[in-house]
Amino acid sequence: MKVTLRIWRQANANSTGQLVTYPLDGVSEDMSFLEMLDMLNEILTERNEEPVAFDHDCREGICGMCGVVINGVAHGGQHTTTCQLHMRSFSDGAIIDIEPWKAGAFPVIKDLVVDRTAFDRIIQAGGYISANTGSAPDAHATPAPKREADIAFDNATCIGCGACVAACPNGSAMLFTSAKITHLAMLPQGQPERYSRVKSMVAQHDAEGFGGCTNIGECSQVCPKGIPLESISQLNRDLVKSLFKGDGKAS
Amino acid sequence: MTDNPQTEQQVLVEAEAETMIPETGSQDASAAQAPVSAADGYWIDGEDIADTKADLSQPIDKMWQHRQFSAALVNPANRRKLTVIIVGTGLAGGAAAATLGEAGYNVLNFCYQDSPRRAHSIAAQGGINAAKNYRNDGDSTFRLFYDTVKGGDYRARETNVYRLAEVSANIIDQCVAQGVPFAREYGGLLDTRSFGGVQVQRTFYARGQTGQQLLIGAYQALERQVAAGTVKMHTRHEMVELIVVDGRARGIVTRDMVTGKIQAHYADAVVLATGGYGNVFFLSTNAMGCNVTANWRAHRKGAYFGNPCYTQIHPTCIPVHGETQSKLTLMSESLRNDGRIWVPKNAEDCGKDPRQIPEEARDYYLERIYPAFGNLVPRDIASRQAKNMCDEGRGVGPAVTERDHDGNEREMRRGVYLDFADAIKRLGQKAVEAKYGNLFDMYQQITGENPYEVPMRIYPAVHYTMGGLWVDYDLQSSIPGLYVTGEANFSDHGANRLGASALMQGLADGYFVLPNTINDYLAAGPFEKVDDSHPASQEALTSVKSRIDKMLSINGTRTVDSIHKELGHIMWEYCGMERWEDGLKTAIERIRALREEFWTNVKVTGVNEDFNQALERAGRLADFLELGELMCIDALHRRESCGGHFRGESQTEEGEALRHDDEFLYVAAWEYGGDGAQPVLHKEPLVYKAIELKQRSYK
Repeated sequence: MKVTLRIWRQANANSTGQLVTYPLDGVSEDMSFLEMLDMLNEILTERNEEPVAFDHDCREGICGMCGVVINGVAHGGQHTTTCQLHMRSFSDGAIIDIEPWKAGAFPVIKDLVVDRTAFDRIIQAGGYISANTGSAPDAHATPAPKREADIAFDNATCIGCGACVAACPNGSAMLFTSAKITHLAMLPQGQPERYSRVKSMVAQHDAEGFGGCTNIGECSQVCPKGIPLESISQLNRDLVKSLFKGDGKAS
Repeated sequence: MTDNPQTEQQVLVEAEAETMIPETGSQDASAAQAPVSAADGYWIDGEDIADTKADLSQPIDKMWQHRQFSAALVNPANRRKLTVIIVGTGLAGGAAAATLGEAGYNVLNFCYQDSPRRAHSIAAQGGINAAKNYRNDGDSTFRLFYDTVKGGDYRARETNVYRLAEVSANIIDQCVAQGVPFAREYGGLLDTRSFGGVQVQRTFYARGQTGQQLLIGAYQALERQVAAGTVKMHTRHEMVELIVVDGRARGIVTRDMVTGKIQAHYADAVVLATGGYGNVFFLSTNAMGCNVTANWRAHRKGAYFGNPCYTQIHPTCIPVHGETQSKLTLMSESLRNDGRIWVPKNAEDCGKDPRQIPEEARDYYLERIYPAFGNLVPRDIASRQAKNMCDEGRGVGPAVTERDHDGNEREMRRGVYLDFADAIKRLGQKAVEAKYGNLFDMYQQITGENPYEVPMRIYPAVHYTMGGLWVDYDLQSSIPGLYVTGEANFSDHGANRLGASALMQGLADGYFVLPNTINDYLAAGPFEKVDDSHPASQEALTSVKSRIDKMLSINGTRTVDSIHKELGHIMWEYCGMERWEDGLKTAIERIRALREEFWTNVKVTGVNEDFNQALERAGRLADFLELGELMCIDALHRRESCGGHFRGESQTEEGEALRHDDEFLYVAAWEYGGDGAQPVLHKEPLVYKAIELKQRSYK
């Protein structure tokens, strides 16, 4: 099949970018979306042009490294990661716009690559349980109710790709933050730091320049792991409760 | 993607079917010709080596306790004066960085991804073994130890494996305390299941994403230490050289992948937790960025490489669709419990719709050749027979271009059917969906075919490398101060790894082993300060820069990927599922020529001082081109079949793998011989005191 790609090219964070058009012939529908970009890059290299920079690693939908906006939708709107998208989802002759995540807190590094280290700093602010190695009691010392454990798992599947931020008109990272809050809040081991955690993480979220949540729901729509909007409700409930508790590493 | 180990228990039952067979009963096709030896010029024989850290006079169940007591300690107040570099943030690296940070050391941690949470441990599916005996089903540390040594076809070091089994239970405790959401039962306690052919239910799991959950646990512990200031994290930094000062590992050189800055970092000890090297085959189930550079650079500086030829080829992966394929995806081998594997009897039928091929024209070859085990034969046999069927021209699916032994291009279909029609008839579609639904969905997502209607197509793929840098009981390499953990070392899996053991080893090394052994070395520190003005640093920095300059200046006609793919074809053809002496010699010649082609005709676009992914890949490929040759030499010298290493010349009359304990009961630890010179073979004889050696049999 033949496609026309319009790809965001930007030399670095300080330069202005633009969409550049590349016609591409001989694309197989069995190719993954990223293999299609590999093919373009081989051609560009042979023509002595700079290949398109894009992040990717596992290419099986779990590491969270890949992610671009395809025709205006983060990850292309198939409820999966960009690497799991295949060219058979596009029609012959399609025009495909490919852009990086666009959000104030995710500056562009080059072309389609953005800096998502803000996510790591949100986790550093409290997205953990303080349990030094070697200090753990027997795993069966504290049973965890299955229902809550399952909710914890559903939230723990977040891959930190950033699609939620890219999709949000406010550039908010509330879905990402709430997934970690909910994961740890549902487990008995997460209780001691539950309310200080939510305060610190939300404060860091805001300090990174992510926008506020206004319950639009685009984030959940593009999430490749199906993190639900309810997680943000859970975050808000815990945040409100935390205001009545004096134990926070307050913002 | 999800593994379903509940059904996997049947797959490897052959692990239990073993008998003693006398050495004299062996059939060795190569016996007629003079065996390949150092005299052929591929390698030089060196002195034998041995691990000196485990006290073999101790009973095996007291050895670790004894070592922990005999190892020197570092006073907590002195730890902050000691710096440890850890390369890699997967289970082995992330867990070690967090733990050493908690202990109070000054840790510098590096990864090539944009976040430590991306390391490829994240993609592991099925579970993690631990000898908890929560099921009251007779499990014990000794049983886990025994299963792992046997699974490794008696080519692992006994003492290391026992310790692995010993600390396994602590891993589960630690992970639960961190909030890892393992599967639980309604009573709130942890669920376990069978896995990898063992008869006990010792595998803990988190749906089909156990690796992800364990890694996120380690990542969170790591980020907590970053916040506490004990760990300094360097993301998008790739280690490109090791700095050795007065015989000790004292630092690394990194390239900042955003700015191109080449920089040295110094420490009192260096830990490599950099994973496996399956991407030498180009196509594998590894992540795209997985590479051997850190390990290979250390090898060139004196670290011995243990058993480089031991590679695990997984039988059930989605086949290659064409020349533009970039990676392979694993499908749980549990599918073999209900799926029937077949190819057409006649090559003319291979292009037909499989549903139009009548029953009598199908060859259910595993059921035919191995009536006792049928589709449930072990991984290596299932893999090899799939290759044999395709080599005969009876493979299915789209034809892909490949090179044959003479280097000629040919079109071959590389796939076999895994058919669920009988299972759907027998159990109903609902039941099959409940068992395998997520796997079927994933298959459909990737191939666009509905496996409920059309048989799946599968083919073997490179999955894991058991070989790695040689380490002693302390996980220290042959360079003092250089430690190697997880898949990057050679120590625990012998010639074959059992399912649910990779996660166990990564976390055992990272949380419990390394933090209790590295202190023995660090107690002698802090060592004399080193900076960029030291001749060893100068040499390392200069060699990195000139190497990069060289790659950028060649400006030839071949892209990096085209050369990497060619290397992959050579490795897969001659050093893949079946290895023969002649083929390995051919491969060595071709790899040498390809390396020459790389250094004279590669095209790397752009400049160093930029985000330059072509340059990253070129650097990794340059090292794969050297590693590939060593893998072939290792495979050439080991004239026996064991685990994942099948030498065509060493098989029984029935075509089964045949070990030669009389000649090859050792670890091959290769010393770098210098550019263009032969590597030096050091043998570490394997001593089995706690376990009796047996030959496995699947008949």
